Amino acid sequence: MLISITADPLDPQPFIEHVRRDESGAVALFLGVVRNNNLGRRVLHLEYDAYPQMAEKKLRQVAEEIMSHWPITDIAIAHRTGRLEIGETSLVVVVSSPHRREAFDACQHAVDRIKEVAPIWKKEVWEGGEAWIEGEGHPTLKPK
Amino acid sequence: MKTTVKFFASFHDMTGRRELNLEVREGLTVGELYHDLRARFPRLADYSGSLLFTANAEYVPADHALHDGDEVALIPPVSGGAHAH
Repeated sequence: MLISITADPLDPQPFIEHVRRDESGAVALFLGVVRNNNLGRRVLHLEYDAYPQMAEKKLRQVAEEIMSHWPITDIAIAHRTGRLEIGETSLVVVVSSPHRREAFDACQHAVDRIKEVAPIWKKEVWEGGEAWIEGEGHPTLKPK
Repeated sequence: MKTTVKFFASFHDMTGRRELNLEVREGLTVGELYHDLRARFPRLADYSGSLLFTANAEYVPADHALHDGDEVALIPPVSGGAHAH
């Protein structure tokens, strides 16, 4: 398991190598990439803010949750912070497993969970304005 | 007792601060702390139904009582929250 929060550019290759196993016939890789448009606006760049110590802890919890629920062999998660240009990678999730189906499923679930629980925020900067992209609260995290 | 409050993303923009060191009364809850902070930073009130609290980097309910030296954060909604199930 490898977890990283970094302001440096993300290269997926070391994360792929980290999870690769001789007994695992599948490695599923997801890259979150900065898109040049949103809601009809031309996006110039993004800025990610994070609560680093907590974000790392939450990414680790997601990885542990995925490891305990899917028959996978390993998982690695990396999230970038700071200013990102169009086309740069903001998120790397890579999962290895004996067979492809569980690698795809676990990878997708990991991405969904990261976006729910990780204290990481995205600001969109476009021509003439900028805004933090905020969801409608944290439905699965509401205090009971 | 002392506590440190951290502000991120839109809350950082609203308060102009990354963190604030405060002297607060014993047993203050994070919800009460948020209420007090709204007097100083009124725009925080817009988030009363959508923000979360953390104490020492773990999510806690509003009635969580603070201890001396705790690090608190007000957590604005994350972007993926809208599609959570």
